[in-house]
Amino acid sequence: MFPKKNRTQLVVLSLCLAFALTALGYRVWKPRAVQASNVEIKIDNFSFAPTDLVVKSGTRITWTNRDDIPHTVVEDDKLFKSKVLDTGEQFTFSPTKPGIYKYYCSIHPKMTAKIVVE
Amino acid sequence: MSADLINTKNDQLLFDHNHDGVNRRGFLKCMAWAGTGALCVLQGGVLKSFSLSDASYQHAKGDFSFVQISDSHMGFNKPANTDVIATLQAAIAKINALPAAPEFMLHTGDITHLSKSSEFDQVQQILKSAKPKDIFFVPGEHDVLEDDGQQYRERFGKDAKGSGWYSFDKKGVHFVGLVNVMNLKAGGMGSLGPEQLAWLQDDVRHLSKSTPIVVFAHMPLWNIYPEWGWGTDDSAQALAYLKGFGSVTVLNGHIHQTMQKVEGNITFHTAASTAFPQPKPGAADSAGPMKVPADQLRSVLGVTDVNYKRGTHALAVIDSTLA
Repeated sequence: MFPKKNRTQLVVLSLCLAFALTALGYRVWKPRAVQASNVEIKIDNFSFAPTDLVVKSGTRITWTNRDDIPHTVVEDDKLFKSKVLDTGEQFTFSPTKPGIYKYYCSIHPKMTAKIVVE
Repeated sequence: MSADLINTKNDQLLFDHNHDGVNRRGFLKCMAWAGTGALCVLQGGVLKSFSLSDASYQHAKGDFSFVQISDSHMGFNKPANTDVIATLQAAIAKINALPAAPEFMLHTGDITHLSKSSEFDQVQQILKSAKPKDIFFVPGEHDVLEDDGQQYRERFGKDAKGSGWYSFDKKGVHFVGLVNVMNLKAGGMGSLGPEQLAWLQDDVRHLSKSTPIVVFAHMPLWNIYPEWGWGTDDSAQALAYLKGFGSVTVLNGHIHQTMQKVEGNITFHTAASTAFPQPKPGAADSAGPMKVPADQLRSVLGVTDVNYKRGTHALAVIDSTLA
């Protein structure tokens, strides 16, 4: 279809284009800090949703347990810790210090998630 | 526990390393009876299963028997079972109707749903109507919420060590109650911890190798389904201390369904809940309570009867539903 030289150029061009699109995609899709001052995290089916959340410092985060089983929200180093949340109960925390906060359910420790505070 | 013996996803014995005749087919045959009134007997190292209606059931009767109940979740009131009082009472009625009165009872945890005093009170009140008067408990994660198990230990673990572990002897059988629901680490499963493991090693050290041992704890001491946390991170260490003994039976709750596995000298068994069923490993999005048609609920709840016959080293584990 193409002479060998042209084919090589085409491959190089394609690779450049793919790289450029990937870079552009990364810029577009890079997780951005949620601008809202209130953010909700659902506890459903033994998982936190969203599992990864990026927020601005001072954002008020509310967890709501929608399972038929109690859960907790506990930061790995106990920087924040909810009481036991039965069905429908909520826990609220407003991080003010930037950083990565990993947390889990202390009753079902396979449930893990994290919040990045910018 | 050697990982190659089980496929944790399907809970099947893949290799008969011990040449004890317990292969995948034998295991499944036994499983097929579970929940409908099953009898699984380990005799001379060979697992046999019978129907409860089988005349051979009589052979399983031994020197004494005890009964295990689990996961009564007092206080739970969601659609999967809106009356956990009635189903616990049905379990006690089932126990009281057994042909041979059990010597004592084990409750393998999640006595309550939310660790409330009123929930503990309610269970203790209902258990008073059971014929066996001695009841031995281990806590589930639902019994140690908020207070690190303080209330649990005040009620059931006054003479226990650490967070509530202990051992006792009955008619030549050594019983060990372990606690694997405290200090759970992010991303992990059940945990025994170094202090308890050291105690266990010392506790069984003085026993002769022919002493039958029964270990009971809330969370499974074998990895049933790590994706749902159905296992105990450091159980392999505990089982290593029990390797040299002739007969070891491990009884757990937590997963709200019966399941059994034999590995070398150790028989693992999980009991049904008296409150609500949970899905088979991986069969649902999560391990949450499973709603079944109301007229089928009692067929997925149950009690477990364990028989011991001196000299045979065989403990017969019989699951009965509440239906």
